[in-house]
Amino acid sequence: MTNAGSLFSSDMPTTVRAALQRHADEPGALLPILHDVQDALGYIPADAVPIIAKDLNLSRAEVHGVIKYYHHFRSAPAGRVVVQVCRAESCKAVGADALMAHVEKTLGCASHQTRADGAYTLEPVYCLGMCALSPAILVDDKLHARMTPEKFDRVVALRGAPA
Amino acid sequence: MIPAKLYVPRDSAALAVGADEVAAALQAECMRRGIAMQLVRNSSRGLFWLEPLVEVDTPNGRIAYGPVTPGDVPALLDAGLLEGKAHALCQGATEAIPYLARQERLTFARMGITDPLSLADYEAHEGWAGLKRALKLDGAAIVQEVTQSGLRGRGGAAFPAGIKWQTVLKTDAAQKYIVCNADEGDSGTFSDRMTLEGDPYMLIEGMTIAGLAVGATQGYVYIRSEYPHSVAVMNEAVARATAVGYLGNNAGGPGRAFHLHVRKAAGSYVCGEETAMLDSIEGKRGIVRAKPPLPAITGLFGRPTVINNVITFASVPLILARGAQFYRDYGMGRSQGTLPFQLAGNIKYGGLVEKAFGITLRELLYDFGGGSRSGRPIKAVQVGGPLGTYLPESQWDIPLDYEAYAAVGAVVGHGGIVVHDDTADMSQLARYAMEFCAIESCGKCTPCRIGSTRGVEVIDRISASQNRAQQVLLLRDLCDTMVNGSLCAMGSMTPLPVLSALNHYPADFGITAPGLDQHAAAAGEKQNVH
Repeated sequence: MTNAGSLFSSDMPTTVRAALQRHADEPGALLPILHDVQDALGYIPADAVPIIAKDLNLSRAEVHGVIKYYHHFRSAPAGRVVVQVCRAESCKAVGADALMAHVEKTLGCASHQTRADGAYTLEPVYCLGMCALSPAILVDDKLHARMTPEKFDRVVALRGAPA
Repeated sequence: MIPAKLYVPRDSAALAVGADEVAAALQAECMRRGIAMQLVRNSSRGLFWLEPLVEVDTPNGRIAYGPVTPGDVPALLDAGLLEGKAHALCQGATEAIPYLARQERLTFARMGITDPLSLADYEAHEGWAGLKRALKLDGAAIVQEVTQSGLRGRGGAAFPAGIKWQTVLKTDAAQKYIVCNADEGDSGTFSDRMTLEGDPYMLIEGMTIAGLAVGATQGYVYIRSEYPHSVAVMNEAVARATAVGYLGNNAGGPGRAFHLHVRKAAGSYVCGEETAMLDSIEGKRGIVRAKPPLPAITGLFGRPTVINNVITFASVPLILARGAQFYRDYGMGRSQGTLPFQLAGNIKYGGLVEKAFGITLRELLYDFGGGSRSGRPIKAVQVGGPLGTYLPESQWDIPLDYEAYAAVGAVVGHGGIVVHDDTADMSQLARYAMEFCAIESCGKCTPCRIGSTRGVEVIDRISASQNRAQQVLLLRDLCDTMVNGSLCAMGSMTPLPVLSALNHYPADFGITAPGLDQHAAAAGEKQNVH
């Protein structure tokens, strides 16, 4: 999913129109449409905004405003692997801050950033619902709980370098 | 010979500690040994420190083993796992594990027992019994039953569910809606997630009953995007329930429709506030609306709407099935029934504890939780999510009851309990509360949007000992403005954790006592106030 951006971006209008079509009968369907576009392309390209706006009879500013409002939506492609580290209270209580520092160092990538070579995007997240087994991280779509710096190194080593 | 029946949870917290890998190892090792077995992917019992928890059916009930790693599987099979025999990881009969045996599982009665998506399992364990009873009643009688049960909103606001339903029932409209708030963003909470993933038909049944009660034919479940497993399970459950007619045009008997839609949120904490959630479902930025009008009268798409939390709706089937009196016999005072408390953070035995209201924090922390995970003394406990107060030990014997907590300025909220040991710096947790508010504020109210950023700066100056006494006064003043000048709980309750940290742990802010700073400031330490 994360490296799909470059692969499919030439096909962007088709993808967006398919998403619009899929939700044509739903009231207030902007979020489901944006989810579909991002799931297919990895992000929501700026060029998709006018297509969506015209179809839904909204202004481009309204669609842009929705994309920018929600943390989940991306306006640019992410790195090949997305690492999210929970920073909320439950995880903080068992070392999330130290874990984040370790992850930043290990990946060579600061929080909220994508590494220069595009290998990793590192983001904070506010609760993954794993609070009985804190601290938790999400690597692409795989959850890991009771995380420690040592366990994180094993997770990264097992995945190998992102292709 | 009947093949042994094994259970490995599919709950995402179990997956996060390797449940899929354990299930795969069990299948591979049994195949290698030529042993036939049946593997059920059940929901989690909520005893998370034991996950992945493997259970086996025996003539004496289910026997539990945990926490199991894939590497343990050969030795477990050698020891006689399939017959429930002894092993270092064996926890004995699951139902006899004290953590579980001491609970009062009403809403979570099926949790860990059934395959979440099996309609047959649901039906075999009292599923649809509430709906069947509701079908024999008119709307007013269903509302009456819910009102009589004493059920209050489990999302945190604790508003009586029956009164809200009554408002929607008596408001005439061509279209009404049922909306389930499954935007469980509070750190330390996971009971909604467990329900969505582990007992989805219970939620569907509760929402259908609500639809019958108030005359609504459309429902939405708004699930946070951080819960992709919950979204997937709910979508599948809705499809299966629709296929057999529990949802759809005749969900409530011939000609009585109830359609359910799953909406995936997009990572905004404030969308857990009910009116921001409505805007989000309508396809807009999730901005808080002013009330009135109440959503019960002018809600989703401007129509009368019942909005309740997952656990509120999930409590309804049992109330209808067993009757209001059965439910209200649990609890104390005006806090009736049970609450699934969630033990999280620095706790030895983290998990879900469903108990009647009235249990104390100390009982939860020690009798269930076993103290801190680090083994160090517990310093502060945040109850009720990021907008809840930090409770010091002097408050751990207050019964968990909405009114008793309100009397000391605390909140029960959604039942999340986050434990911090004595290494916690409360000034930094107070700073985090302000920082989180700055990140997540919808921006509508100035005290919340800007006050939160100013709050971070003020706490930083206190920590750096810059005009400390005055900055403490300024922080209190800022909190007062936020409490009184914000439309919703985001801005008005962020001061709760901040002020409780300041009042109960003044030393962490470099002051001797919460009151003394004011005298010091009054005495004329007047320097630059930014």
